[in-house]
Amino acid sequence: MKGDKKSIKQKETLMKVLKYIKPYSFLLILTVVMAAVSVALTLYLPILTGNAVDMLTLFFAPSETGGSGKIDMDSVRIWAGIFDVLIKMAVVILLTALTQWIMNICNNKIVYSIIQDIRKKAFRRLEELPLKYLDAHSHGDIVSRVVADVDQFADGLLIGFTQLFTGVITILGTLGFMLSVNVGITVVVVVITPVSLFVASFIAKKTFSMFKLQSETRGEQTALINEMIGNQKVVQAFNREVETLEKFDEINARLEKCSLRAIFFSSLTNPCTRFVNSLVYTGVGLTGALAVLRGGLTVGQLTCFLSYANQYTKPFNEISGVITELQNALACAARIFELIEEEPQVPDGVDAVALQNVEGRVDLENVSFSYVPDKKLIEGLNLHVKPGQRIAIVGPTGCGKTTIINLLMRFYDVDGGSISVDDNNIQDITRKSLRTSYGMVLQDTWLKKGTIRDNIVVGKPDATEEEIISAAKASHAHSFIKRLPDGYDTVIGEDGGSLSGGQKQLLCITRVMLSLPPMLILDEATSSIDTRTEIKIQKAFAAMMEGRTSFIVAHRLSTIQNADVILVMKDGHIIEQGSHEELLAKKGFYANLYQSQFAIA
Amino acid sequence: MKKLLIYLKDYKKESVLGPLFKLLEASFELTVPLVVASMIDVGIADGDKGYIVKMCLIMAALGLIGLTCSVTAQFFAAKAAVGFATKLRHGLFEHIEKLSFSQMDKEGTSTLITRMTSDINQVQSGVNLVLRLFLRSPFIVFGAMIMAFTVDVKGALVFVVVIPVLSVIVFGIMLISIPLFKKVQGALDRVLGITRENLTGVRVIRAFGEEETEIRKFDEETDNLRHMQMVAARISALMNPLTYIVVNAGLIALIYVGGVRVEAGILTQGQVVALVNYMSQILVELVKLANLIITVTKAVACGNRIQGIFEIPAGMEQQAGAVNEKNNSGETGTVEFDHVSLRYYKGGEEALTDIHFKAKQGDTIGVIGGTGSGKSSLVNLIPRFYDVEKGSVKVDGKDVREYDLTQLRDKIGVVMQKAVLFKGTIRENLLWGNENASEEELWEALRTAQAEEFVLQKKKRLDEMIEQEGRNLSGGQKQRLSIARALVKKPEILILDDSASALDYATDAALRKSLKQMPGETTVFIVSQRASSLMHADTIIVLDDGNVAGMGTHDELLKDCQVYQEIYYSQFERTGESGKKEDINA
Repeated sequence: MKGDKKSIKQKETLMKVLKYIKPYSFLLILTVVMAAVSVALTLYLPILTGNAVDMLTLFFAPSETGGSGKIDMDSVRIWAGIFDVLIKMAVVILLTALTQWIMNICNNKIVYSIIQDIRKKAFRRLEELPLKYLDAHSHGDIVSRVVADVDQFADGLLIGFTQLFTGVITILGTLGFMLSVNVGITVVVVVITPVSLFVASFIAKKTFSMFKLQSETRGEQTALINEMIGNQKVVQAFNREVETLEKFDEINARLEKCSLRAIFFSSLTNPCTRFVNSLVYTGVGLTGALAVLRGGLTVGQLTCFLSYANQYTKPFNEISGVITELQNALACAARIFELIEEEPQVPDGVDAVALQNVEGRVDLENVSFSYVPDKKLIEGLNLHVKPGQRIAIVGPTGCGKTTIINLLMRFYDVDGGSISVDDNNIQDITRKSLRTSYGMVLQDTWLKKGTIRDNIVVGKPDATEEEIISAAKASHAHSFIKRLPDGYDTVIGEDGGSLSGGQKQLLCITRVMLSLPPMLILDEATSSIDTRTEIKIQKAFAAMMEGRTSFIVAHRLSTIQNADVILVMKDGHIIEQGSHEELLAKKGFYANLYQSQFAIA
Repeated sequence: MKKLLIYLKDYKKESVLGPLFKLLEASFELTVPLVVASMIDVGIADGDKGYIVKMCLIMAALGLIGLTCSVTAQFFAAKAAVGFATKLRHGLFEHIEKLSFSQMDKEGTSTLITRMTSDINQVQSGVNLVLRLFLRSPFIVFGAMIMAFTVDVKGALVFVVVIPVLSVIVFGIMLISIPLFKKVQGALDRVLGITRENLTGVRVIRAFGEEETEIRKFDEETDNLRHMQMVAARISALMNPLTYIVVNAGLIALIYVGGVRVEAGILTQGQVVALVNYMSQILVELVKLANLIITVTKAVACGNRIQGIFEIPAGMEQQAGAVNEKNNSGETGTVEFDHVSLRYYKGGEEALTDIHFKAKQGDTIGVIGGTGSGKSSLVNLIPRFYDVEKGSVKVDGKDVREYDLTQLRDKIGVVMQKAVLFKGTIRENLLWGNENASEEELWEALRTAQAEEFVLQKKKRLDEMIEQEGRNLSGGQKQRLSIARALVKKPEILILDDSASALDYATDAALRKSLKQMPGETTVFIVSQRASSLMHADTIIVLDDGNVAGMGTHDELLKDCQVYQEIYYSQFERTGESGKKEDINA
């Protein structure tokens, strides 16, 4: 039952793969034709060789009848015949090589084009997937789907194309040729060969559990390595190197034992199938030689039969390997298709308008939202922000501060109620125009690989040099950028590379200072920056916030005291709302929070 | 790669026997054409059925012997390869454990992990394949040639021409395509990079509406990848057709030469068949070899990556002779910085400049300063996680470089910024501090670290399991346990490197209080961004950009250290002093 389901799923995946192959059907037909031609030619060659060998026998014939002049005549005739065959052979060989080459090129082209198409499609989907999906799935897993799985799929597909095609055609071709030469011997070959398949699948079944144990043990070891090398500094600080190594060795010894078993038993496949092949070969030799004696076969034909027997059995050895490879490839393909078929975010409506000349009036009307259906987070949230107001959001971890930002930016859609900007429901305006109306600085800084300048101009690609520098000066990033080896053209590595957390955050702030959008979102924007620099940046922030609606999330209460409205959140609800002074006077949750921060032991 | 082979030395027997049995099998395989030849020349020519049957039995027997030999060979090869990998993993792990902090910083954890795991696996399969097959292919190729010589010298000369041509083709294509494959790998790395970047930066990219630009960039990279793949594929696609042409050209030549020799009565027809068979065996072997070469190339590349790690000299240099010497200065619990400067990379900026102070036994030293001011760098020098560039650090009056590292680090309890716990029970984690600590000592440490309460709430108390990386504990709980772990050690010197950041203010205060009340005279270093955490320290060191901006008690610093004032007031503004505040925050 389970197997059925699995095979149905495999079939589905296969159908999808075929859809991707379709645009290349011309190349596909070409490669199949080339495969057929090259196999036919490859098989024809032994016949020619056999003919040539048979002609050599003729040299003996004249010497028995005598007459030396006649020998010369005959030998000239025989040589002419041999040359005839040899020239044919040469043509066949060249043609075979040519078709093989064309086939190789076609296969590569098909496979690499398909995986390029798949990767592009996967990446486009990635850009459209809702954050709900991206937040819930491990990034490592997604990356490995786009990169490693596609690669594995390509390998499998390539092997499938080259080996499975030619393998099957070879088996069919040799069968045909053998049948045309001699039926009896062919039967011998056909009967014995499948034995090798049985042997191979028997071994594969038996070793499966050994491989599973091996990969489990390997996983255990990787986890330990990850833990210990990842936290090497602690290991060294506590002088625990020896004990750790002992623990490692214990797993290592187990791994050695089960690896050895798995590798040894699985490596039996090849010798065993080859033994079966040698039995086939012997069988052909025996029946063939006896047939020659009976006169039903020439020696040349026997030679070519023997080489057929070799060629016929070879694909059987390979096919068992190819099938596992293909299954693996399909499994990988299924993982990629899963990603590609993931529901994208609801596209912007056709009548969605672009937000223009934003004043900055933001209204949240009876908003409810939750990440998990049965775990309510935000309910009945109302908030009305006038243009230019500063809204600060405070509260303990997990109270929903960042969630509000996710909703404002429409990274997530509300479950109920509505959010509107300048009286436009945000679901009726284009995402791009909504999002570019906000300048956002997050706690998790993100920089891309490239120069400092590339990273600053993200929101305003056509910024002039003066604009860039004055933005950097405003964010106090200019002085450290200047000290970098190539200034603004310094290339920084993936995820900011060697920059410190604080420097990265300064660059992110510069980015927003440069593009100066009509509204601002600052989510713990200065958390990695020391308090002194923060105070300096505050000035720049204050200037920037002038006349701009701003949302500020911070845990340092000192940074939010000047907000027009402070929202105190707890468990998804706004429990208090008002200015700093009002809230202190209330002596509620906020007042408590504020006092605890300054309590001195 | 070569140097890694010493890990094979315990498997000398296996590494010799494996290929040997494989060669034995190959030689049996090579005799098959001879048997076939005599079957044709003697059996068929004479019409001797008995002889034919006998020859076939010999062939079957050869097959059986071949099977036995090859199974034996597989066993030895697998044993040697797996044993080699096991020893190599042990060696590499041991080596990595000895790497110093700066070496770890430079290499990065993730690459060390890949090298320990997937690279070693690649090398293992490479070694296994080489032991099994790599000798076999050249052996069969040359063996076929030698056997051809035994059949007929002139005919065999064809082989002498064919084989070098084949080698040139095979190695030529290999040499050209290896760098191309490296480029493909590089292009793939970039595709991976941009995908990862887009996942981590998804919010920023969407916030700036940059999706289209990113798609364009990705398309460029995949196009480039496909281009590289095709270039590499075009070269390697030549391998099979070219070798096919060469081998079969040899075949034609053989038949021609054979014809001449048969005409002259020197060769029999059967012998020509044998020569032809040897030629086709070479072709079969070459196809296998081509597949093998890819695996071996990969294994060599991985081997070189592993070798790269081994080439990093292990750990800190220890001065010979000074290692086990008893400390005779008579001081305990003192730490002295003598005009210390530190630089992480050659040519980089100084992380610390001219730090000079002395801490007495039982002192509490606070270290404060902004991001990147060098706070952690300073305390990391005490257990010699890094080496100073100028000056010296002395513990108990003796330069840390003159200590045996184990001995030095046994004196010091470190609680790092990131609280790290390991998979295992709470007890096992605490015992890291001291294997022989008693139950009472463990609870005492927990009490001091303010962790007693929540451990008591756990069902199994000390035997409660902690998951990998302490996932089942909150940040504050992890921090308190890692403080307890350091306390179990009963160190002379305790370093708390911003290790209370996840604690609320009340717990933080209680922790500091109980540390103060600890029996014995422990010298404590507290690193923090919060002035409240260390304002009661005996001495506060204020760092600014790697320089000492001030040193003294809280009151002294508040009076005349401007940096300290700024830090303090940025955290302790009271509405009363709002003249200043308005100025700062308006």
